[in-house]
Amino acid sequence: MIRETVLEVSDLKTHFFTKAGVAKAVDGVSFSLGRGEVLGLVGESGSGKTVTGFSLMGLVDPPGRIVSGSIRLGGEELVGRPEEAWRTLRGRRIAMIFQDPMMTLNPVLRIDTQMIEAIRAHEDISREAARERAREALARVGIPSPDERLAAYPHQFSGGMRQRVAIAIALLNEPEVIVADEPTTALDVTIQAQILYEVQKLCADTGLAMIWITHDLAVVGGLADRVAVMYAGRIVEQGPVDAVLDAPFHPYTHGLIGSVPSHNRRGHRLTQIPGMAPSLLHLPPGCSFAARCPRADAACNEMPALTELSPGRGARCHHPHLAETATGGAA
Amino acid sequence: MSDAPLLALEDVSKRFVRRLDAAEKIVNLLGGNRREEVVHAVDSVSLGIREGEVVGLVGESGCGKSTLGRVVAGVHAPSAGKVLWRGRDVATMSGAERRDATLKIQMIFQDPMSSLNPRMRVRDIVGEAPRVHGLVSGEEVSDYVDAMLLRVGLDPAIKSRYPHQFSGGQRQRIGIARALAVRPDFLVCDESIAALDVSIQAQVLNLFMDLREDLGLTYLFISHDLGVVEHLADRVVIMYLGRVVESAPAAELFADPNHPYARALLDEVPRIDTRKRIFQPVKGEIPSPLTPPTGCHFHPRCPHAKPRCSAEAPALREIAPGRLSACHMNDG
Repeated sequence: MIRETVLEVSDLKTHFFTKAGVAKAVDGVSFSLGRGEVLGLVGESGSGKTVTGFSLMGLVDPPGRIVSGSIRLGGEELVGRPEEAWRTLRGRRIAMIFQDPMMTLNPVLRIDTQMIEAIRAHEDISREAARERAREALARVGIPSPDERLAAYPHQFSGGMRQRVAIAIALLNEPEVIVADEPTTALDVTIQAQILYEVQKLCADTGLAMIWITHDLAVVGGLADRVAVMYAGRIVEQGPVDAVLDAPFHPYTHGLIGSVPSHNRRGHRLTQIPGMAPSLLHLPPGCSFAARCPRADAACNEMPALTELSPGRGARCHHPHLAETATGGAA
Repeated sequence: MSDAPLLALEDVSKRFVRRLDAAEKIVNLLGGNRREEVVHAVDSVSLGIREGEVVGLVGESGCGKSTLGRVVAGVHAPSAGKVLWRGRDVATMSGAERRDATLKIQMIFQDPMSSLNPRMRVRDIVGEAPRVHGLVSGEEVSDYVDAMLLRVGLDPAIKSRYPHQFSGGQRQRIGIARALAVRPDFLVCDESIAALDVSIQAQVLNLFMDLREDLGLTYLFISHDLGVVEHLADRVVIMYLGRVVESAPAAELFADPNHPYARALLDEVPRIDTRKRIFQPVKGEIPSPLTPPTGCHFHPRCPHAKPRCSAEAPALREIAPGRLSACHMNDG
């Protein structure tokens, strides 16, 4: 399936210049996103997945900045734009959903005020027309009786409903890309399933492209088309969801999948990745996963390149798990 | 594993009441009708946990699972009902006996940062309780703390550091070492791994399983993560709005859930081996525990609800040996 590319990120580097040194939060990230596609961006805390999302939105604050690389949205270069140019873009062509919906919502304004403002910031239309569009957006994300809910304040909504409102706001100007940063992590399972259901429908119906940032491989498995796994600021593996989750190439992905409790090995010890993620301030010169990797050897002192190991799939590793060993289970 | 439960709850309820404030009392004097708000966090729950058993307690936020855990650990006294430890009612024990009983039940919390005193060094966090309770003498404390830290996979050399100098996973290990230091028989783990990264979760889960094997501990493992519970627990108890809706051996529950809520919950757990699935969520949200629905609490969201379900609360009945479920559908 060939999709028209909406977003193309290449060799993106976002560094934070702190007193203690330069933290390379995002260090050479490249990926592309097609129309209607959901890309799962997976990683643990500190892997740079959120900073990647913020970089796409032009929301990196000092001491951080995009050092180099390019972000092309519909062929248009975003890196290096002045702040005013970002402002006309943000919310209109690329929007973001946060883990905590209260980051999007102003607690002292009614929902309709906030939504109408978001529309009229980008478009010169009447308040009535804007209100009508806000109502439609609420209905589209499955909020019952949207007419009444428009007049409510954020605190009158439950957590799941607030997240729906945040998604509705992101949808208002029909952006091409939505960056969703752990939007269901704080929600209960049944509510999470409701939100995932709405998102799945939206992408299929409208051709909206989505970057779904999460630490939860299982959610990615159910939702995404492709997945990119980040570790210490770099993408270590990417490819179609089925292929990556069934037969991961990179030892880190392999370890992550092994550490998800699954009924196949009920009651047995989980495969564990020893140690913890390195500090971004003191990354080793070679592969950053080498210190925790069971396959590491002298070759790993040199940074492996992201190489294509099978069509559409790449991994950044000198010793990838290739087909014959990829099924190896518990250690 | 003996048949008499190590710990048993008999019809335990926990209510939280918000008393009327002065203004509301005046309104009432003037003919108003303000009532106290009562939350039935836990509503007549009975549960037995045998020695060596791992019981997983599952439910969504607001279902009362943490409150139940706190009642078990003695943090909250039950509003009604009895907590029996080795067959004896904790409420009627003498002071010293009760202290011994509660010492044997330790709790491990979700957020290791807010459950460790930031101004205490690790050696004091771990060593204080056993010294105060006379489990070890003053000279032995240092060696004892070392042993506890090794037990949970930490290097004893770090014991003069403060909690903020550790990562989340290490802090959780310190919390576990503190609980183990008073030689408990029973651990209540309240979402103990929810705040950790996946690879660290696996490390801590493995530690829990090792401890169970080596020390013969009994667990009440509270979690919203069914995958974790499925992996760890012998028996799973599912709560909804303060009541137990189903209780069954883990393997049987996951193979064939009986209660419609249990089924819905299991269906919606994202699993790594299901791809590009079509999500078909249950409708609605958990109602407010201030005004729970009449009859079966789940009936407004239940796809099989009948008129009877809104009128009469179903009893938790045995539907097969060792399996309990509270649903009218089981009456045929």
